[in-house]
Amino acid sequence: MGRDTGKDGKDWRLGVLAIVFALALWQFVAAVIIRYPFILPAPTDVLSAFASLLQKGEILLDLQASLVHFAIGLGMALLVGIPLGIAMGWNRRLESLFDPLIEILRPIPPLAWIPFAIIWFGLTSFSGGFIIFVGSVFPVIINTYSGFRSVPRVFVEAARMLGCTKSLDLIRYIAFPAALPSVAAGIRVATGVGWMCLVAAELFGVSNYGLGQKLWFFYSIHQMDSVVVYMIILGLIGLAFDMIFRYYIDRYFLKWRTGEVA
Amino acid sequence: MGRLEIRDLNQSFAKDDGSRLVVLDHVTFDVEDKEFVCILGSSGCGKTTLLRLIAGLDTAQAGSIILDGEEIRGTNPKVGMVFQEYSLFPWRTVIDNIAFGLEMQGMAKDDRYRIAERYLNLVNLTQFRDSYPSELSGGMRQRVAVARALALDPVLLLMDEPFGALDAQTRNMLQKELLEIQEETKKTIIFITHSVDEAVYLSDRIIVLTPRPGRICRMFPINLPRPRDRTSPEFAKLRREVLELINLNCSFQ
Repeated sequence: MGRDTGKDGKDWRLGVLAIVFALALWQFVAAVIIRYPFILPAPTDVLSAFASLLQKGEILLDLQASLVHFAIGLGMALLVGIPLGIAMGWNRRLESLFDPLIEILRPIPPLAWIPFAIIWFGLTSFSGGFIIFVGSVFPVIINTYSGFRSVPRVFVEAARMLGCTKSLDLIRYIAFPAALPSVAAGIRVATGVGWMCLVAAELFGVSNYGLGQKLWFFYSIHQMDSVVVYMIILGLIGLAFDMIFRYYIDRYFLKWRTGEVA
Repeated sequence: MGRLEIRDLNQSFAKDDGSRLVVLDHVTFDVEDKEFVCILGSSGCGKTTLLRLIAGLDTAQAGSIILDGEEIRGTNPKVGMVFQEYSLFPWRTVIDNIAFGLEMQGMAKDDRYRIAERYLNLVNLTQFRDSYPSELSGGMRQRVAVARALALDPVLLLMDEPFGALDAQTRNMLQKELLEIQEETKKTIIFITHSVDEAVYLSDRIIVLTPRPGRICRMFPINLPRPRDRTSPEFAKLRREVLELINLNCSFQ
């Protein structure tokens, strides 16, 4: 393994090279072949659009508005999804009770809820948050539930032998930590799905700011270079969420899994 | 104290065709205080079922299990258990695994760590105090499991083929260590195995179960002095006697 490879054996320089190459290709196609920024703005156009957007200073307000929508949606998804998943994973009767209901609701695309979101919550941050909630609650429920389902029986029995006999204690000290990798994976998927619902959630005008809202606004005034700026910001923030999971959550909360075959 | 009386224990499970599979059939025996008893039987003879009943993890259909004059109903801090499969909590470090039972009793951190460290020392794993189970070998994990069960100071220690998954050398080493631990802590131990060699090496008495339904076939007192030398002629002779008796009478090899 060479000096410049990470511990997983990947050479980061190749990745950088690919990004640089893609940018160059994009610039070439946009500036030399197409030469029509409405169809495809070049990276240089995007860069100057980014500079002027920064000067106007609205990007931070958009970011703030989007994060509020996102926090409402994901927060509610965790608040509802984790307890429900635990209840279903721990109790067979509750599983039988909720499982069919969830299986019927789950395939409905989150965006199909937009009309009711507007009727129920009006054009507020909460109706945007509701769409994100619908998108992210199911991965949280399903992963929490299946994590609790697959807690090895021997852990529960060992705990009972050691005086941990109450259901609540068994959940807190045994089942929850044992299921945590699965719960964390569910939250990670939920974060990704929720972020993807964001653009659509902001499309119907729940706020005057927001990354998705601005994306649609600049499209309507045909400023495609600004549209690309917002696309990239959306992508980078989605990536940042994922990095938080990969490097922070896994390292600090799940460090006991190192060396284990997951 | 750790005197166990088992009276007329019966257990059966419902089968798919509606009939019942009898697993334990009128099992009766006593275990004296500080005695090391091995229960020997082929797989499926009900020895794990028997141990789970004594542990209080399951309830028998009929019969009684009495420990020091009190009937066992449900799990009980006086009974400790070491499982066949790896049962350490992988999200807890070694010391927090050993201290788990004390934590459940509400003991303060310093106190429970002090006790846990004593048992960590007893199983010779002091330098792995803050390791996670995934960083330990199979033999080390079972030693931690023994320490974890002992930390609550039970009078009776149940062991369900705890060394079954280990290689021969590790297994022999752990058997030797277990005898030293018993010497030091004076527990009554019921140890399940299907290895005649292991049973002869460890126990004061061997109880052989017949396969399906599990009945007591024979009891052998093992009067060899300790430490036992498994290469000695007396050891080999005793092992052969046990094997022959089993083959003749207990239809299990």
